[in-house]
Amino acid sequence: MSRSTAIEAGLGPAPAGSPAAAGPLRAPGWRGPKLRKKTELTILLAPALILFVGFVFIPIVIAAYYSFYNWSGYGPLSDPIGFRNYSYAFHDPAFIQAIEHTLELTVASVVIQGPLSIGIALLLNRKFFGRGFLRTVVFAPYVLPPAVTGVMWSLILQPGGFADQLLKAFGLGGLVQLWLANVHVVLFTVFVVLTWQYLGFGIVLLLAGLQNIPIELKQAAAIDGASPWQVTRRITLPLLAPTIRIWGFLTVIGSLQIFDIVWVLTEGGPAGASSTITSYMVLQGVDSTDFGFASAIAVILFVFCLVFALIYQRFALRRDMQGAITRAVG
Amino acid sequence: MRSSRALAAVALAVTTATAAAACSSGSSSSSPTAAPSANSASSASTTAKVTLTWWNNATNQPLLGIYEAAIKGFEAKNPNVTITNVPVQNELLQDTKIPLALEGNNPPNIYQQWGGGVLGQQVTSGKVANITADVSSWISGVSGANGWQANGQQYGVPVDLHVVGFWYRKDIFSKVGITVPTTLAQLESDDAKLRAAGYAPIAVGSKDRWPDAFWWEYFALRDCPQATVQSAIKSECFSASCFGTASTDLAAFLKTNPFQTGFLGTSSQQGAGSSAGMVASGKAAMELQGDWDPSVMEGVSTNKSLSSELGWFPFPQTPGSAGSQTAVLGGGDGFSCTGSTAQVQACADFLQYLDSPSVQAQIVGPGQTGEPVITSESSAITLPATQTAAAYFKTASYEELYFDTALPTKPGQNLDTAIANYFSSPSSSTASAIANSPQTP
Repeated sequence: MSRSTAIEAGLGPAPAGSPAAAGPLRAPGWRGPKLRKKTELTILLAPALILFVGFVFIPIVIAAYYSFYNWSGYGPLSDPIGFRNYSYAFHDPAFIQAIEHTLELTVASVVIQGPLSIGIALLLNRKFFGRGFLRTVVFAPYVLPPAVTGVMWSLILQPGGFADQLLKAFGLGGLVQLWLANVHVVLFTVFVVLTWQYLGFGIVLLLAGLQNIPIELKQAAAIDGASPWQVTRRITLPLLAPTIRIWGFLTVIGSLQIFDIVWVLTEGGPAGASSTITSYMVLQGVDSTDFGFASAIAVILFVFCLVFALIYQRFALRRDMQGAITRAVG
Repeated sequence: MRSSRALAAVALAVTTATAAAACSSGSSSSSPTAAPSANSASSASTTAKVTLTWWNNATNQPLLGIYEAAIKGFEAKNPNVTITNVPVQNELLQDTKIPLALEGNNPPNIYQQWGGGVLGQQVTSGKVANITADVSSWISGVSGANGWQANGQQYGVPVDLHVVGFWYRKDIFSKVGITVPTTLAQLESDDAKLRAAGYAPIAVGSKDRWPDAFWWEYFALRDCPQATVQSAIKSECFSASCFGTASTDLAAFLKTNPFQTGFLGTSSQQGAGSSAGMVASGKAAMELQGDWDPSVMEGVSTNKSLSSELGWFPFPQTPGSAGSQTAVLGGGDGFSCTGSTAQVQACADFLQYLDSPSVQAQIVGPGQTGEPVITSESSAITLPATQTAAAYFKTASYEELYFDTALPTKPGQNLDTAIANYFSSPSSSTASAIANSPQTP
């Protein structure tokens, strides 16, 4: 008995608030099911909520609190300086430079990795011999820990290293650069390594999206006389758009926070030529033990990401998330 | 109602915890001042059990074994003391674990301490013990101990000292037919001959920034009188004109193209491609580094005969300039104490033990680097190049602590960054950035 009422009350088609359902259901056990639902929600949500509050929300609040102090990490917070950490940050050319580099990497990631991922995903979505193997190969770099990628590429990119030898072997010796030591080249180098690492992620995501496109639509279009290009342009890409939008979201957020590969390859150097917001933050916080200032940088980065996420969700992801987020919020 | 009471209870608990924390830190910082009144001899022989935790960077042999043997030796003499050895990887220890531990309420009783402005900064945590009275009877016999002072008080004790100089390949020098340079001009002409013979004359690990700083700091020692250097470090301002001269001299030297190709992206200690690795493998002929360099080279190279091929010479003289021509740049490894009066007392006794001749002989002995803090034990040094360094160290007019360590952390890091930027593009603007760097907010 209790089981059936629970199902009826909790999961039944009539929402609890609707007047038609309220009358008959309320009388027998109005308190019971509602309490049960509450208990269920509490038990099921509590672990995640505690983790989220403890490891995401509270640290953000604490970082924001630290950011208003001149604090080296030793001793009590005794020197409140208001917004001065923030004003220092925006007056420091090195930080502005780090923001520029981060934005350059972000834009390059979207503009260059996007079309590349889509193209390769479309290719790998066709049936051909060795497809599974190629998919694995393409995805393999993403599985490597970024620190390993960084160490590996720093060896490959040494002056006279594998990259230089390879270029020379193909008669392209003239293209050889001081990949990690030339201030004009190093950001480009970092981007190439980032692309190598993260391209596979986009491809796999888009492949999954491609699997969800019903084959009948393409077949119908083909029967109607659409050329393969037209099928791709008019059927596949529009239906792939939700996946592309999600990929864009993850890529932008990931690029704004890019740290590990940059740190291992260059530590943001030489002379800050490959610094990012996070590498600047770690230099200021961990190396210079200026934790108040570094917290301000963390808060600035958080705000960047949050603003982007909200705007992107509001405008780009609105349709994809209809019912999941937008309706619940609005 | 219920939840707000719970909240109040939590708030109360937090306040009590904070108060307790403040008390414990207060008592530990005041304990050293209480120590002088206590009879040190009697307190050392009290039978109450004392347990100490010791954080150090000796993750590898032979130092790990030397430290463990030292613990055993000390515990045998002081049966009431138990020391737990906690070796931690160097950068993790220095940059992360120690600062965090000093923020917390249970810092290690003995922890590695590199002295200078960083020590001064750590003292502000209120947890580092003032051991002036505990060590007063023997500290005068320890060379370099003043680097571990803050406000004239002893907050730590060195157990070995380091000197920065040129580690060079004797075999390459003789193959190219050059001798050890004593002046900068000779170094430059040696460089030209080495480059003509296909070697990178000097390797430098600019990616790490602090190796660049060694160069600028040595030019500063040569160009500035000792008093100017020390007042600049104290005031955290390098605007005296002689520091500008140092920058100009460095720029002129950089123009001679003395370093390996792509030195701005080279790390100093990681792998065969690092500056240490390049000297070890014979791609570069020398590098300006601290005396830990031979052990770093051993770690990144398979060259078995390296120790006999390595030589050492001091930073060349720049005749006619205003600074000392024999001053050396250096530092050392030491330890600080925290905890209760009894723990601090035991810690100070242990440091005395580490600085005793028998332990000192091991600390600088076979497979080890650095110079002893008891000069009599420099005979225990086995590596010929390090012997040369130690002999020169004794004759140096004075030793200056690496500037980034002598300064508090942030000014020191700012200085390193400014110097690294200068290496990347020497100009008047990057030079003036060096002058003001420590005071950049």
